[in-house]
Amino acid sequence: MSVLPNQQEQITADTFLRGLWQENPVFVMLLGLCPVLAVTNSTMNAIAMGLATTFVLVASSTLVSLLRKAIPKQVRIATYIIIIATFVTMVDYLIQAISLDLYNALGAFIQLIVANCVILGRAEAYASKQKVGAAVVNAFGMGAGFTIALLCLGTVRELLGAGTILGFQIFSANFEPWVVMILPPGGFFVLGAWLLLFEYLKQRKERKLPNAEGATS
Amino acid sequence: MSSTDQAQLQNPLQPQTPSFAMLRTLGGIAMLAGFLVVMVFQWTKPIIEENKRIAIEKAIFKVVPGAASRKNFVLSAAGLFPAETPDAQGETIYAAYDANGELQGVALEAAATGYQDVIRILYGYSPACQCVTGIKVLKMAETPGLGYKIAFDPAFLENFVALDGKLNNDKSGLENNIVAVKHGNKSQPWQVDSISGATISSKAIARMINDSGQRMFPLIAKHLSEMQGGRE
Repeated sequence: MSVLPNQQEQITADTFLRGLWQENPVFVMLLGLCPVLAVTNSTMNAIAMGLATTFVLVASSTLVSLLRKAIPKQVRIATYIIIIATFVTMVDYLIQAISLDLYNALGAFIQLIVANCVILGRAEAYASKQKVGAAVVNAFGMGAGFTIALLCLGTVRELLGAGTILGFQIFSANFEPWVVMILPPGGFFVLGAWLLLFEYLKQRKERKLPNAEGATS
Repeated sequence: MSSTDQAQLQNPLQPQTPSFAMLRTLGGIAMLAGFLVVMVFQWTKPIIEENKRIAIEKAIFKVVPGAASRKNFVLSAAGLFPAETPDAQGETIYAAYDANGELQGVALEAAATGYQDVIRILYGYSPACQCVTGIKVLKMAETPGLGYKIAFDPAFLENFVALDGKLNNDKSGLENNIVAVKHGNKSQPWQVDSISGATISSKAIARMINDSGQRMFPLIAKHLSEMQGGRE
């Protein structure tokens, strides 16, 4: 159930869970696909990117929601971008402080979180209209949904492309890695496979629903 | 339709919000942004510098076997200066010493264009055997599974355990150019056996070591005694 514009939402479990499933930013809305395809060649990169994006999403949604009455609508996009860029810069320094190897692995994609449409989309479509509590919960849900989606791609790509998960050997030494999975085309293959699976599940549910209704009436 | 609505329709760009409100918002947000960024920058700066120092130190000790301490110098045709010297121009080199303070080797940085982007490496040079003693890739964007192997492939790294870097007779350059040869065709100690499927990346490594060596090895030989006595 989506929220109508300009309608204040009561915080329910759904506020959080929508981002995980019904409105999953990657698998349902197909937003922010650039980092999804680019940095998911290993599980660790996927986790780091997901957490970094979640932090920026939650922090910027909080600030946008707090300032929603003070931001004139003519300058709202500019304001959102400044807010998002600030948090992205902070994440950039923090990741360098945590691990330089991780920072090098993620490359330019940390800075490119600024341009991630999931975050700007949340600020514009949700946080700018809702109270802080709802905005934070919703941002956490979306961030978790984004992180899970990255993990779905990252684990499969690392497993097939290198035979490992988080660096631990899963397949035996005889396993010949599918290098293509680590390369950019692998991102498209795996994303396509996941979308196929979710679409199949959705259609199966829809097929079952009328049957069930017919049985009860 | 009221007259104000009509006026807005005729001139949709007419501001409905006073400019002051926009300036106040943008200015206020920008100040807050500046404050937050500077705060995090100040807080993480020493940690990031420490991380970088550890990363460089680890790389130096890896490419110069037996090293236990190091000292940074700036080396150019003008001479050898400790890295702390103000206005010293030239390349930064890292002299590495063993536990007894004997010079074990020198770590140098080199870079060349690989398959996709510039590859940057740190490599060790031993003046005693006049050879390269190890390499460590600092930065690359090579293809995973192919060019990427230059950093990890044990057989390829074996090339750089004692890669010949002898100076010529008048000590102005190398006696033999360090070159990459086709996989399995290495016959001379100054040749680098390429990884099959990653020829461009392998050649880039050989080329950058050769360029750097032609320029730096004679200078290192010239200032060897200063480095030997330069330890702390």
